[in-house]
Amino acid sequence: MGEFAIGQPVPRFEDPRLLRGGGRYVDDMAFPGMLYGFVLRSPHAHAKITRLDVTRAEAAPGVAAVLTWKDWAASGYGDLPTAKGKTKRDGSPMYRPKFPALVKDRVRYVGDPIAFIVADTYHQAQDAAELIDIDFEALPAVTSLADASKPGAPLVHDDCENNICFIYTEGDKAKADAAFTAAPIIVKKRFTISRVTAATMETRGSIGVYDAAADRYTCYTTLQRALNFREELAQTLRVPESKLRVVAGDIGGSFGMKSGVFNEVGLVLLGSKITGRPVKWVCTRSESFVADAHGRDNVADAELALDRSGKFLGLRVNNLVAMGAYTQPGTDSGAFSNVGTMAGVYTFPAGYVDVTAVYTHTNIIRPFRGNGRPEAAFVIERLVDMAADEIGMDAAEIRRINMIPPQSMPYQTALSFKYDNGEFERVLDTSLEMIDYKGFEARRAEARQRGKLRGIGMSYTIEKAGAPGYEGAEVRFDRTGSLTVVCGAVTQGQGHETVFKQIVSDTLGIHPDEIHYLQGDTDQVFFGEGTGGSRTSALGGTAVMLATNKVLDKARKIAAHMLQVDQVDYADGVFTNPKTNRSLTMKDVAKASLHPKNLPQEMEVGLNASASHYAKVQNYPNGCHIVELEIDEDTGQVEIERYVVVDDVGTVLNPKLLKGQIIGGISQGVGQMLMEEIRFDPDSGQNLTGSFMDYCMPHAEAFPHIDIKSHPVPTATNPLGVKGAGEAGCVGALPAVGNALVDALSHLGVRHVDMPATPERLWRVMDEAKRAG
Amino acid sequence: MDIDVKMTVNGKAVTGKVEPRTLLVQFIREHLRLTGTHVGCDTTQCGCCVVHVDGVAMKSCTMLAVQAEGRSVTTIEGLAAADGTLHPMQEAFREHHGLQCGFCTPGMVMMGVDIARRLPNADEKTVRHQLEGNICRCTGYQGIVEAIMDASAKMAAKA
Repeated sequence: MGEFAIGQPVPRFEDPRLLRGGGRYVDDMAFPGMLYGFVLRSPHAHAKITRLDVTRAEAAPGVAAVLTWKDWAASGYGDLPTAKGKTKRDGSPMYRPKFPALVKDRVRYVGDPIAFIVADTYHQAQDAAELIDIDFEALPAVTSLADASKPGAPLVHDDCENNICFIYTEGDKAKADAAFTAAPIIVKKRFTISRVTAATMETRGSIGVYDAAADRYTCYTTLQRALNFREELAQTLRVPESKLRVVAGDIGGSFGMKSGVFNEVGLVLLGSKITGRPVKWVCTRSESFVADAHGRDNVADAELALDRSGKFLGLRVNNLVAMGAYTQPGTDSGAFSNVGTMAGVYTFPAGYVDVTAVYTHTNIIRPFRGNGRPEAAFVIERLVDMAADEIGMDAAEIRRINMIPPQSMPYQTALSFKYDNGEFERVLDTSLEMIDYKGFEARRAEARQRGKLRGIGMSYTIEKAGAPGYEGAEVRFDRTGSLTVVCGAVTQGQGHETVFKQIVSDTLGIHPDEIHYLQGDTDQVFFGEGTGGSRTSALGGTAVMLATNKVLDKARKIAAHMLQVDQVDYADGVFTNPKTNRSLTMKDVAKASLHPKNLPQEMEVGLNASASHYAKVQNYPNGCHIVELEIDEDTGQVEIERYVVVDDVGTVLNPKLLKGQIIGGISQGVGQMLMEEIRFDPDSGQNLTGSFMDYCMPHAEAFPHIDIKSHPVPTATNPLGVKGAGEAGCVGALPAVGNALVDALSHLGVRHVDMPATPERLWRVMDEAKRAG
Repeated sequence: MDIDVKMTVNGKAVTGKVEPRTLLVQFIREHLRLTGTHVGCDTTQCGCCVVHVDGVAMKSCTMLAVQAEGRSVTTIEGLAAADGTLHPMQEAFREHHGLQCGFCTPGMVMMGVDIARRLPNADEKTVRHQLEGNICRCTGYQGIVEAIMDASAKMAAKA
């Protein structure tokens, strides 16, 4: 089956269905008698609710129910699950506020859910919301991370001192301090990593269906990890998981955002239980800006110590990380689990990072493509460029002399990560060649003639992927010899179906057209965690491979028994033996496996297998991005002219899909660096970027053709040799573009540009530099 | 007070009773249950809802159903040939990996067909500019742009 083999650029099997309009997203589902829900949200960033009367709304046309905190309390359901496990500086447990599905008397961000109106139509529910009588007493709010932990800042939760959620440290402080004391050169900078939002093209949505006769709930929803989702939701509803079925249809992008159990999931289920009918809620786009979790929002005070030759001696970072007003399980992870990314691909011996996680009167911060990785990569890679600038060294050269050489692998960095392999210098050299690094100054001079300020910037980033965890898969032959592959992973667009079918088809010799891929239904998927953290190729792929190999092993035994030989040869789906002219296909064996007469004694009938795989070790994808851009001297408008990437994501399963992941990640990194930002009014706490008219999304015109080469260094940490690929593009893009902007403006004395580098901001930076200069 | 509407959708005559405020996209999705046309925003920015009205790309979220009275609407479901063969634009999106999650895809494909009709053999810069009204969050657009250029060339050669 060479055509579909691992490593081939196989076009996706999910595409024809999606291209015909046959996608089945949550908003495409409809059930008889279905009602529609609308969420009444807080218009204040912080306020007391002094009156809440839903009488008039309940009487409005078409309204079936109006739910408030009272109904939630009466239902016996609990609060939504929250993060746990970290501690404060003194070792006491982290501050864990309750996360109510509907607030009682205090709202803590613009968008906090207050009531849920269920009606025959969406418009009726929306209209009825206007009839809810509600009074607020507005309170001071803090939406700025930099201000929130200062003494005297308004408190998000009254008994949470200085709004501090928890503290996390990594590295050796004494060693780092000593390195800095002895260092001849120190570069330091405060980096603000802006708040952005996933803005998935499909917004979140849920349909709740409660079956009173069976006392069982079904939730059709948007998610990434069906079984984990069911666990968290069951805890909220206080029911055993067996009473709950969670089903994901097609997911229109997630990037981390949809992975949590949000308020509305519980609300549609309670709505269904109370009304006895299915209830659908789908977020509108503008609502999503105040209803969704956001991403990033860090303030890092960072410094890098080096000697006069450019060798790095140590890194110290004080990092503030926003949590938003509440937490969900895992929303704290961006603050600590990827701090190691700050060590980069470099050999510095000492590092110390001190993280303070802080509540603000804002939306929850959830993992968003990278979850701490792009933030950390931005810090180290900007510092590296600043160091190069400080000592007058070339940006590529300073990276080269500090890189961990392949012969030092495995390498324990100063910040927890232990790399198993990597050929960083070769990747760097290939990238420099691809962009014609030597020819850049001529291109800069030419651009200058046209009134454009051309800059070049690079990043070499590395991150953790496929963190330890488990995944399950099943391969089930049916009676006609076609088969179903089941996996706990859930695609949100990455193309799991294609890659898993490649693995199965390549091994079992069954045409992909005869393989059905099944995911995301907790009544069908027996085991696993789901998708996130660049794990699915390594964990899901391995689980699928293990299940497939189990099936093949059993099929060999059956074939040998049927051919009456000791053992069989196997290739491309056909079993043979030189001692006989008979042969059997995999399909023959699958069909024959249903009857005991074809089987060795004591063998179970049927040809199917499941595998539960636990991955003990993560892997470390890495790569080099180099970007050339031009800034219009008069307008501040940026054009990216060239963009090259050399990635090492280990074994490439499907180069077509890999490129898609890298380029997609780049577009989100570029978006954050150049245009995207969730912004709050500092006085009122209002979200000022509440629609696609206000929140600038990258369009096709924002990018040139991106050139990508792979430099696979397969990892031994999983049988496929793959490293994670989902987040790498985003990680590398943020600092590469940031560095290119500074390079374009460095002749004006500019040493840093904050994100997002909008034309207005760049114009001001240039204007200020010219006035000063 | 509902209003009667009738139009042709994917070659079939259809009728319906709608509230005056019903958008064309709501009529297509909720009344006709053709759910391939998506709603990705509420401010006419994203283009997930692009259909063809009398052969011209339109954002069906920005048009009332009653405005389509008597007109011919083609949705993504009506683009492939009667025998199921994918339209060259659909085929090119698959070949060039022009979709990931698939949510913006119907609008992108319908827009791509419109670009190919108006600007056969458009260059990369032009295609990127023409996609001003369509947002994709997954692909970074490269596969989409390649698909539209490739399909445009093939459609022009065939015409």
